[in-house]
Amino acid sequence: MDTNIETHARLEKLEGIGCSRKRREDPRFIQGKGNYVDDIKLPGMLSGVMVRSPYAHAKIVSIDTSKAKAHPGVHAVLTAEDLKPLKLHWMPTLAGDVQAVLADGRVSFQNQEVAFVVADDRYTAADAADLVEVEYEELPAVVDPFKALAPDAPVIRPDLDGKNVGAHGARKHHNHIFNWQIGDKDKTDRAFANAEVTVKQDMLYPRVHPCPLETCGSVANYDAIRGDLTVWITSQAPHVVRTVVGLLSSIPESKIRIISPDIGGGFGNKVGVYPGYVCAIVASIVLGRPVKWIESRSENLTTTAFARDYWMTGELAADKNGKIRALRVNVTADHGAFDACADPTKWPAGMFHVCTGSYDIANAHVSVDGVYTNKFPGGVAYRCSFRVTEAVYLIERMIDVLAQRLDIDKAEIRRRNFIQAEQFPYLSPLGLEFDSGNYAPALERVLEAVDYKALRAEQAALRADPNAPTLMGIGITTFTEIVGAGPSKNCDILGIGMFDSCEIRVHPDGSAIARMGSISQGQGHQTTYAQIIASEAGIAASQIAVEEGDTSTAPYGLGTYGSRSTPVAGAATARAARKIREKARKIAAHLLEVAPDDLEFDLDQFKVKGDPARGKTMKEIAWAAYNNVPEGMEMGLEAVDYYDPPNFTFPFGAYVCVLDITKKTGETKVRRFYALDDCGTRINPMIIEGQIHGGLTEGFAVAMGQELPYDEQGNVLGGTLMDYFLPTSQETPHWETDFTVTPSPHHPIGAKGVAESPHVGSIPCFSSAMVDAFAHLGTTHFNMPYNSFRVWQHAKSLGLTA
Amino acid sequence: MAKTVVSFTLNGSPVDVLVEPRELLIHTLREKLATTGPHIGCDTSHCGACTVDLDGLSVKACTVLTVQCDGAEMLTIEGFAKAGALHPLQEGFSQEHGLQCGFCTPGMITRAYRLLQENPSPTEADIRFWMAGNLCRCTGYQNIVKSIQYAAAKMRGETVATSHPVLAE
Amino acid sequence: MIPRPFEYHAPSALPDVIALLDKYGDEAKLLAGGHSLLPMMKLRFAGPAHVIDLRKVASLKGIALEGGEIRIGAMTTENELIFSALVAEHVPLLVEAARQIADPQVRYKGTIGGDISHGDPGNDHPAVMLALDAAFVLAGAGGERVVQAADFFLGTFETAMAPGEVMTQIRIPVPGPGTGAAYAKLKRKTGDYATAAAAVVLRMKDGTCAAARIGLTNVGPTALNAHDAAQALLGTAVDEAAIAQAAAKAMAICEPAADLRGDEEYKTAMAGQMVERALRLALSRVK
Repeated sequence: MDTNIETHARLEKLEGIGCSRKRREDPRFIQGKGNYVDDIKLPGMLSGVMVRSPYAHAKIVSIDTSKAKAHPGVHAVLTAEDLKPLKLHWMPTLAGDVQAVLADGRVSFQNQEVAFVVADDRYTAADAADLVEVEYEELPAVVDPFKALAPDAPVIRPDLDGKNVGAHGARKHHNHIFNWQIGDKDKTDRAFANAEVTVKQDMLYPRVHPCPLETCGSVANYDAIRGDLTVWITSQAPHVVRTVVGLLSSIPESKIRIISPDIGGGFGNKVGVYPGYVCAIVASIVLGRPVKWIESRSENLTTTAFARDYWMTGELAADKNGKIRALRVNVTADHGAFDACADPTKWPAGMFHVCTGSYDIANAHVSVDGVYTNKFPGGVAYRCSFRVTEAVYLIERMIDVLAQRLDIDKAEIRRRNFIQAEQFPYLSPLGLEFDSGNYAPALERVLEAVDYKALRAEQAALRADPNAPTLMGIGITTFTEIVGAGPSKNCDILGIGMFDSCEIRVHPDGSAIARMGSISQGQGHQTTYAQIIASEAGIAASQIAVEEGDTSTAPYGLGTYGSRSTPVAGAATARAARKIREKARKIAAHLLEVAPDDLEFDLDQFKVKGDPARGKTMKEIAWAAYNNVPEGMEMGLEAVDYYDPPNFTFPFGAYVCVLDITKKTGETKVRRFYALDDCGTRINPMIIEGQIHGGLTEGFAVAMGQELPYDEQGNVLGGTLMDYFLPTSQETPHWETDFTVTPSPHHPIGAKGVAESPHVGSIPCFSSAMVDAFAHLGTTHFNMPYNSFRVWQHAKSLGLTA
Repeated sequence: MAKTVVSFTLNGSPVDVLVEPRELLIHTLREKLATTGPHIGCDTSHCGACTVDLDGLSVKACTVLTVQCDGAEMLTIEGFAKAGALHPLQEGFSQEHGLQCGFCTPGMITRAYRLLQENPSPTEADIRFWMAGNLCRCTGYQNIVKSIQYAAAKMRGETVATSHPVLAE
Repeated sequence: MIPRPFEYHAPSALPDVIALLDKYGDEAKLLAGGHSLLPMMKLRFAGPAHVIDLRKVASLKGIALEGGEIRIGAMTTENELIFSALVAEHVPLLVEAARQIADPQVRYKGTIGGDISHGDPGNDHPAVMLALDAAFVLAGAGGERVVQAADFFLGTFETAMAPGEVMTQIRIPVPGPGTGAAYAKLKRKTGDYATAAAAVVLRMKDGTCAAARIGLTNVGPTALNAHDAAQALLGTAVDEAAIAQAAAKAMAICEPAADLRGDEEYKTAMAGQMVERALRLALSRVK
């Protein structure tokens, strides 16, 4: 057989790194045999439902549960009074604050959890919830973070009265949470004072929600006889949930089993611990029966964790030729009524300080103020790392603003400011070490692909025609992401460092099982982790079972969010597989009676150097591991790796978007969107493409329609899928994808993580294109979402709609 | 409220269920008939995750009363694979990577089935228009379109192949 | 998201429907496709004690050409309209409008009679019915009567249907030669109600407009009959000036409610834009 054909066949069988392996998850999902939390049905299981506050801010005068309790089929109605003896009426948040599990005498946002009704089934529970009588005394609400800081603003958190220092330092006002600064303020201010040109722009990144198709939920089952608590939960971080539940309940972690079964999308929504989970657990402990809690879509959109709500002011100082000298950023961050922000790093605004972007900027300073308002808590990373979407949005918008000010093309100004390939690893002025990048070639490739010059010529012709019914906008972004939290020196959850883990056991027949501390919510871990092991340990991917999500079987890990699975758990997987390979090498050497160093690894076997006819396959070695190992070696073929990354990884991309806008209606069509992503080593190109399509679509949704506004009384508007914009196949544009490969130098296989880049990178690209459409009329920015109403209002302000 | 017995055919088998008039079909399927393929994603008939085929129509089972289904023929995702052989749509979704988290997939496939019964050769525009009652948060629909085209071609008897060969790069 | 308990009735003959309505009065609601009523019941904004399902009443189904009219049973679904060769040939406007309603699954269940009789200004058929000069057959204990679309829509969720009446049929005069029609709808996404929409039917004779009717969706408490706007087109060539004038007159009668789709100003402007768009399309379709 021809060597190439033989190698090709072996590679095809191995399905290692770089293969578009078909997904191992698919057979169950395409046959309706997924196992999501709401699919779980246990004998004697009860159903729980929340009673929620209609008011944004009110004192609770009384709660009368007697009628609800008397309703046939009702087993319990929990209020804060019931949780107090257990000290479970409040719970810690990821941000060092506390959050009411059930309202303790006061509600601070609309739809806040007030009582938990447990009944035979969801129909009975819904009927009984209507019978819970709550008397409220309404208080003035504040939903604007700037008004919340007025001296006479309503006090949102009387429980913090007198606490002038919070989890992140001094509080300067009763509704203030923290001020965080990073960078050299004096140097930055001096650079601004001496600059030839400065620009400044206010921008709002509106409050949005990740809105996975499956809402949050859990099934808690406390076995009073064994003393075991099992919880099936929609969690992106099951091991962390176990630790939190242990802390709250005083049950040892050895008696708690948290299972994240199949998860119907997470996108950051399922990182936190929510009151519904806690109530289901308490109810199960109290009643001795399994209790299920599944939130409705409206509950999901209005209570379990928003994203963004960042009011940002960016400033750039530059030379006349567009070379940036300094960046200054001030942010007012609306955190809602409790600081449940998911920025589990030593930085209270997460990795917002990646905001110097792909550009070599000598001086930078960032200041972020967190503020309480009468809105639901959250601050999760919606398909991004902690506050990275906000950061990338800020710098990509600002460099466009500077380009406009100096009348420099938006591609050209980026070329003039890129960090050059030879500058990596690059220490940013805000203290991050960018591991690798190669920005200029990526941009040039994209510009050529879309024929950028021709697009600009077409736009110029259109702008010259005042009767043209449409405007054309061309957007560019050249973004750098930061993912893979993270080095434990910088990132932890409740004191647990953000490592991740992999445990591999190779069975006697050469097949294997691998378990990780992460948890897939659609990313395809069962498929891709096996590919890593296949390449590193020579075991065909089809022979490897991958399991995650069960804390009783998987090694401890911090979970899946912030694109950390490949950078952290993926690294642990590669390293564990290498440990397997090295033990296998010794066994092979023993079997072949040569020295380990005389062997070379060749896809799925070890061969004797210089005598390739002699060798042992991994299958043969696996068998020998259980009966014929070198003297002094333990039997078996297993490995565990806990990986604490030395640094984050820094994926990047270059995107171009072309929009056509109808002046008189504000309707916007995405004519073209070209996305080039560089995620380092590519494990499964098919899955990468799918992740990019999904991220771009979520970015499109955020830019063009998603928002959760509030009225002055604190009523949340748009909390159903009628209003909250999830585009269908009809609205979603066609995506064009491309890639370059710049491996991470510190990651074992050079991979960086990819799923979030298209979200992070596309949103400012839509803004860039939208603003570009109006740029010739002086527009430098206007806020998302770009629904036709808002676009029309902007067009009208420029006299374009007459 | 008095419960009534409702009888219908589910994936080829007769079933009888005892329900209150207010019981929604999605709850009957999921909680009484162990048919958990159709999912609940929105409660307001926007997402399509609960789509089932009812007497030859694609319907959202969250907005149908079980009592309305007496005598009906119903097909859910559980009824697609026959004797271990996948339906071309199931094969297409896997080969063209038309799913990620899998939550929308049963509804998508069930809806696409009816679409292909009505139009065996849909264009991309046809598919995008007639699949617009099913939301997906993961895929951006591009590969779902390809999955349905794959299945359509296979059902027309044409030779089909994935557009993601294993060793492309 | 669970409805309150109710008693369910599924009679198979119209007189039984009417008898049940008579018996239960305000406590009963008619169930057609269910995509307005059931969501309201799940949200517990509606809680009828009796639900009378019309699905078994065979006489409420069917599409026929009779006496120069297309007669459509009230329980005919949107997709049945879309797939009907008869409707496509004689009233293509109805197909165009139905395609823009809700989403595919909802269109398998949603009915034209339910859409019209609900009295929701956001529903699409009412404006189309105004533009087509349709009439509705209402049946009650006292027998049948026919009400013109122009006299039917009285207010939000308020119609000329008396308590105890059922809409049984929609009658649409087949537009004569020289007619062109269009439904232009601006919406945020599939499944949304219109930000604003306009239904237009034009009849041209010798290059000038001989007849015109315009209906507007979701820019007032009911679907609006833009009579003055339509009148302004008569005798014109439906040129750009005439189109602009008609749009202005249509905008003058708009009283939209502000919501996340837009404020009053935007919705009014969009009503004008949709009138213009529909007029241009309709004119291009005159044959």
